[in-house]
This record gives sequence, C-alpha cells and structure tokens, in this order.
Amino acid sequence: MTYKVTEEGNVSTVFLNGEIDMDVTEKAKEVILPIVESGKEVHLNLKDVSYMDSSGISVLIESHQKALEKNTKVVVKEVSKSVLKVIMMAKLEQILNLE
Amino acid sequence: MILSEAKDFPVNTASLKEVRVFSRETFEKINLSQDLKDELVLAIAEAAQNIVKHGYKGVEETSDRMEIKISLNDSQLEIGFYDKGKPVVPGNVQHRKLDDIKPGGLGTFFIKQIMDGAVFKKDQKGWVNHLVLTKKI
Repeated sequence: MTYKVTEEGNVSTVFLNGEIDMDVTEKAKEVILPIVESGKEVHLNLKDVSYMDSSGISVLIESHQKALEKNTKVVVKEVSKSVLKVIMMAKLEQILNLE
Repeated sequence: MILSEAKDFPVNTASLKEVRVFSRETFEKINLSQDLKDELVLAIAEAAQNIVKHGYKGVEETSDRMEIKISLNDSQLEIGFYDKGKPVVPGNVQHRKLDDIKPGGLGTFFIKQIMDGAVFKKDQKGWVNHLVLTKKI
C-alpha cells in the first residue's frame, strides 16, 4: 500500500493505493488517525484500492468512530467496485459516509 | 473438472499477499465469474488471516508454516487450511453482531457469507488444525 495526502482548508484527502490487508492496517491507521485526531475532516479516496479485507474495513470503522468523537467526519470517496462489495457485505454502506 | 493445488506459506502477515496471489492463480484455471473469484479469494485470505491473528496470537515470530489446498471435483470446491497454531475450539469461532459496529470480528462473517460450509476436521495428520471450506460452484 502507498498513500498520498493533500490538504485544502480544513479538509485532508488521503489517497490510498494498492491492497489493504492486515499487513498494512497499522500503516494506514498511522496515516489517517492523527489527521482525524487533529479535528480535520478527512476524505479517504479509495479509487486505487483494488482489494480490502476485514482488516481494512476495521480501519474505516475506527476512523469513522474516531471522527465522531472529535466532532468531525471521515468521507469515503470514489470507492472501487471490489471494495464497495466488501463494504456492502459488512452492511456498512449506511454507516460510513460514502460519496 | 478435477483440480488440486496446494502451497505452504510462512505464518505471518506478509504471507497474506502471497496467499491471494496463489488463490488468484489457481482460480484463473477455473471458469468462474470475476465476482465469484474475488469472493473466494477474500474468504481464503480471511481464513489465512485468522490463522495468523488468532492461531498465533501472542507469538512474535514463528518458523511454522501453514498450508492451503484448493480442490475442485466437478462443481464441488473444497479449500483446506492446515496449521500448527493454538487448537481451535469450533464453538468459540464467532463473528460479531453486524449491528454492533466496531473494528474487528468480520473475517469469519465474510467466510460464512461466501462459502456454503466451514468445518474443522479431526484428520489433521501432523497439523494442529484443519479447516475445510466448501462451496458448490
């Protein structure tokens, strides 16, 4: 997994790339959670994420819940078809902010 | 069609990518929709992850290996997982309730959603656990 972060005003966009599994979830959390902790709105762009398993879904849930604690939000954007399928299998499409 | 492919992997998180590569390469030999291939790869990866995460919980590093065997006999797909981790008590293998939104606990749910059957067998010669996932395809 690789990533890129861009900033515009109070919004940080994290572009994740590759496959997100248990081997890279700590790295993903290290990128995303400090931004959420800072109170910024985070957009997670998943257009280049070709695979995500339950560990990756856990990162999305943890980020979402941390954002609620900090009165901000995490928006999950441009989800690839294969990742959307996993999100829907977990019945999280109504819980996560998908755009 | 009859097919049987097996491969062993080191028990660590870095192997999960290799597990997916092996699974994808095997399913390329079978005439399946891409959606079904993706689902099967996810189920296999989740089962392998459970071995690393739960079977070897608290173990920093191990030289143990796990083996995955994918077999197809006509339309019956069988995927075997062999490991030497902690003995699994099948009754303790539960997924979290879906409406209890929290990180974790979804891997087993995904496996049950995708596969027709998931059974721990007692024929694990030389291994500690033998999980068999089945699906009619």
